[in-house]
Amino acid sequence: MNPSTASPLPAVQASNPAEQIARAGRREAGLRVILPLALIALLLVAWEAIVRINQIPHYILPAPTLVLRTLFEQWHSLAPSLWFTVKLTLMALAAAVVGGVLLAMAFALSKWVEIGLFPLAVVMQVTPIVAIAPLILIYVDNTMAALLICAWIVAFFPILSNTVIGLKSADSNLRDLFGLYRASPWQLFRFLLVPSALPYFLGGLKIAGGLALIGAVVAEFTAGSAGRNTGLASRILESMFRTEIPMMFAALLLVSLLGIVIFVAFAGLAKLMIGHWHESEMRRES
Amino acid sequence: MSASAPLVSLRSVSKRFPNGTLALQDMTLDVGDHEFISFLGPSGCGKSTALRLMAGLTRNTGGELVWHQAPTPAGGERRDLGFVFQEPTLMPWATVFDNVFLPMRLAGMSRGEADAKVRHALEMVGLSRFASVYPRELSGGMKMRVSIARTLVTQPRLLLMDEPFAALDEMTRSKLNNDLLAIWKEHRFTIIFVTHSVYESVYLSDRIVVMAPRPGRVVDQIHIDEPYPRNAGDFHVSERYNAHVVRVQKALHANLDGLAIDH
Repeated sequence: MNPSTASPLPAVQASNPAEQIARAGRREAGLRVILPLALIALLLVAWEAIVRINQIPHYILPAPTLVLRTLFEQWHSLAPSLWFTVKLTLMALAAAVVGGVLLAMAFALSKWVEIGLFPLAVVMQVTPIVAIAPLILIYVDNTMAALLICAWIVAFFPILSNTVIGLKSADSNLRDLFGLYRASPWQLFRFLLVPSALPYFLGGLKIAGGLALIGAVVAEFTAGSAGRNTGLASRILESMFRTEIPMMFAALLLVSLLGIVIFVAFAGLAKLMIGHWHESEMRRES
Repeated sequence: MSASAPLVSLRSVSKRFPNGTLALQDMTLDVGDHEFISFLGPSGCGKSTALRLMAGLTRNTGGELVWHQAPTPAGGERRDLGFVFQEPTLMPWATVFDNVFLPMRLAGMSRGEADAKVRHALEMVGLSRFASVYPRELSGGMKMRVSIARTLVTQPRLLLMDEPFAALDEMTRSKLNNDLLAIWKEHRFTIIFVTHSVYESVYLSDRIVVMAPRPGRVVDQIHIDEPYPRNAGDFHVSERYNAHVVRVQKALHANLDGLAIDH
């Protein structure tokens, strides 16, 4: 491309511009993966080195290798806890999606429903979950149900508020057009409101996924390791009491990994569903 | 006033907005079958309001609209009426095909049943090869063509266009004007075309309805008795064309009383 570097036989080495751009694109895609991974690896190495050089005892700060070894050795006891937390998170999220979307639809249908209920939804959102979790645990007998309610309260609001905005964001000229062609309320909903709201809903889902996990962990912290079936939060508490710090780190690692998996999964879902048309998922050519 | 039987008549039609503004005052007009009428005037002259009234997108507060032939004003089928907005107003999540298919889908037709009609409409606007493309991949002019194909797919008797080409560049605009005239001549429907361009209205119309603002009203009607097609020969640089432009300019400015035309 650069005239100063043009060789007498440009066709031999210089490939066509489209191929060059594609190669540059692949290089950038590679860097996007490698750079954060390299940084994480560097931090882990530094952590390991600091622990070993200063001979920090494992009950204060375990080295990454010890945490990993604990994770593998204790996997048989950690796996059920991981599964419990996964289940709790996904159930809370599912309930948040159903509740948030249904309520958003009710809001879209009637402004009086919205005026009446929206403040309540806000109150639920702004009250810290740690503060109300003990109350919920008192009033709800079933611990699992109580945990679910806590996680649901945290996860539900972003779905609601995003879907409400999404349903209202349909282009007004398109609305007129649907009216002109005598669309039924169902057709208006199915062919205009749902597609218009989808990007907003998916954005809400991405936030709610993370919040459902936080809600599940916080609720379990409050509930304490009472039941027989316990999640990762109980394991963190339990290992703290027993000063099994490597175990604590291992459980913590699982919580973080779970959060990352949930985020990546929903980001992928958004890409899959609206990647072909919505600005937010489009790669800009520059 | 038109040679052919009227399609719709406006009789002293007025529109007052809830805030008290009189957007349109006593508009009386017979729209003939197969006519190409332009509503010409500055912002606030009620030209878009008149169009939206005819489309049923808003209700008149005075006078009456009389439909002599289908489309009927209310209750009945209104699908043989098409509307083109200033923006292409496409669904970004749907392909060109599905955007054009929309009116048929809303009428309860399946994709298979509508296939031939949708493809024909795309052919009319020269976009046959773009059926499976998403709107974001198209230029402004092509998006507007999709928008026009979407209204043509129902074979409307009356096509209402609200400054459809105002946001396009001059070259694209002139091409679309010629293509629109060709489609109109071939399919013999009626067009009402809202514009603020004197040149565009003279070039396109059988008849120009000149309007003035505050309150919005009709101040003159000018017939452009020139044969179609108008892109053949050099009508747009001819003396006759200039004479029409001057006449329309005068009618427009006589009623502006120092008000600036805003573009």
